[in-house]
Amino acid sequence: MRDETKANLLAAWRQRRRNLAHGWYKYSRNPLSVIGLAVLALIVLVAILAPYIAPYPGHAKAYTNFREASQPPSAKHFFGTDRIGRDIFSRTLFGYRFSLMIGAVVLALGVAPGVILGLLAGYRRGTWIEVVIMRVTDVFLAVPPLVLALAITAMLTPNLLNQMMAIALVWWPWYSRLVFSLASSLRNEYFVKEAELTGASQFHILFREILPNCFAPIMTKMTLDMGLVILIESTLSFVGLGIQPPKPALGTMVAEGAKRLPAEWWSTIFPALAIVIVILAFNLIGDGLRDVFAVEDV
Amino acid sequence: MTEPILEARGLTKFFPTKRGTVRAVDQIDFAMAPGDTLGLVGESGSGKTTTAQCVVGIYAPTQGDILFQGRSIGATAAKRSRDLKREIRIVFQDPGSSLNPKRTIKQILATPLAVHRMASGREQLARISALLERVELPPTEYLYKHPQSIGGGEKQMVAIARALATDPSFVVLDEPTSALDVSVQAKIINLLLGLQKEMGLTYLFITHDMSLMRNAASRVAIMYLGKLSEIADTADFFQMPLHPYTKMLLSSIPVVSDEEESLKPAKGISRGEIPSPVNVPPGCSFHSRCPSRMEICDKVDPTTVEVAPGHVVRCHLFPLRREIS
Repeated sequence: MRDETKANLLAAWRQRRRNLAHGWYKYSRNPLSVIGLAVLALIVLVAILAPYIAPYPGHAKAYTNFREASQPPSAKHFFGTDRIGRDIFSRTLFGYRFSLMIGAVVLALGVAPGVILGLLAGYRRGTWIEVVIMRVTDVFLAVPPLVLALAITAMLTPNLLNQMMAIALVWWPWYSRLVFSLASSLRNEYFVKEAELTGASQFHILFREILPNCFAPIMTKMTLDMGLVILIESTLSFVGLGIQPPKPALGTMVAEGAKRLPAEWWSTIFPALAIVIVILAFNLIGDGLRDVFAVEDV
Repeated sequence: MTEPILEARGLTKFFPTKRGTVRAVDQIDFAMAPGDTLGLVGESGSGKTTTAQCVVGIYAPTQGDILFQGRSIGATAAKRSRDLKREIRIVFQDPGSSLNPKRTIKQILATPLAVHRMASGREQLARISALLERVELPPTEYLYKHPQSIGGGEKQMVAIARALATDPSFVVLDEPTSALDVSVQAKIINLLLGLQKEMGLTYLFITHDMSLMRNAASRVAIMYLGKLSEIADTADFFQMPLHPYTKMLLSSIPVVSDEEESLKPAKGISRGEIPSPVNVPPGCSFHSRCPSRMEICDKVDPTTVEVAPGHVVRCHLFPLRREIS
């Protein structure tokens, strides 16, 4: 019995490794996706280690040094300094912390309810449950996301938490739409019928039978959306409805620098480039996942 | 006949559509003794799968009833008792879509055990292994595989193991071999027959393959446009087919040797296609294709006649209970 259990565990582990290896093989056939993954890994690492590797970690907070103000890029300040003398390179590294955290939190807050509602509406298609969930979803989808996020943040005090909640509130309907369409076709599959005939609970059918089959499109969409959430966050910060100074949000940095274009170009261009690079990385990864999972319409 | 394990009484299932009502199953009666294998044979669109789906509870009958061990079970699975769901199981036609591609074989087989609280933990794993051994798949090799990484025949073995996991007494086999390679069909059938003997199962075997029935079924029922044309024990059925439609089906079995050819009913040219179940022809629904058509056939629907013990026919050629030899 002992040996048998061991043999089973070994078989399980081997199988998992084989699946992973196959997935990586498919992903790695697109060199751009591998580059995207490498870039993202670097960004995440840099964001985590920002307090240790930033040349001037103190500049991420309230700090002024007018003698060093508005310096162009140099060996001392790679990305130059802003109008009150803070090192833009250091602030950009810290800015990534906020961007990545907001992206992750918004998706965590938005995806879970969206997926659950979508599963329920799709599986109970044709009942009042579907009608209620999907009509509410449609109302949210009818308003452009940026406008809705702007309206919600404008009503609340602009701070990190409110901004994240506002974006999450805009985001969930996309997931309930996506999962709704997947679930309403998956519920006709025979493996779902079989589970119903066996007498499995609705919880089992939704989360064990249907959800695993939605996983690939959800993952792909989340990766692509990370870039979009970061962009919306930056836009909100740009118009002053996001993280408040002196915290270093990339969008706020672009906005402040934009007032001094073209003379002090570095204070806009570098934070803007940072936004572009992280969005690009997420999009390249999303494309790679699309290939791995063979997902078509996300 | 002993107390039937399953009985259909005037079982009827209509589907309302925009083009009219589809009369998928129309007033059928049959009874099955424990340990029987009833082969339900018919062309596509004859209603055999709908009949099976009414039995397992995917649909509730429009009219009539199904009795299981004397109790009425004419309702969808959602309204049936847990016990009943444990007793009546189904193996679907295509194992590619009846096994969840995202779950391992172990997870797939654990579901019925967990739902019916039959085993958990270490005991569950032991039972799953025993089930896999029962369908001749080495457990260590298959437990952690996903369905897409095993062959079609092996998938169907897993589907059979899943159906047997709850220790049922009645299994519906909905064309269990028609999606598979010919090379594995015989293996699956032999396995099913072996398991039937071992576990005392009763099978409702849906198929369109007449030659398969000769080997697998103890009784055969022929279905045409939602109605049963003939039911008989397998031996009687192949020796003395009575209904013109049965003769037509039997003569269409492809054979190799002249010897086999001579065993087939003399004539019965296959002609025409099965009409749409939305527009069922008046009178006997088979009259448009029948070689022995009479004047009465397109006016009056024939009634069911038991021409010999256990041999039931629905045709105007057999208007009365009479001796035939």
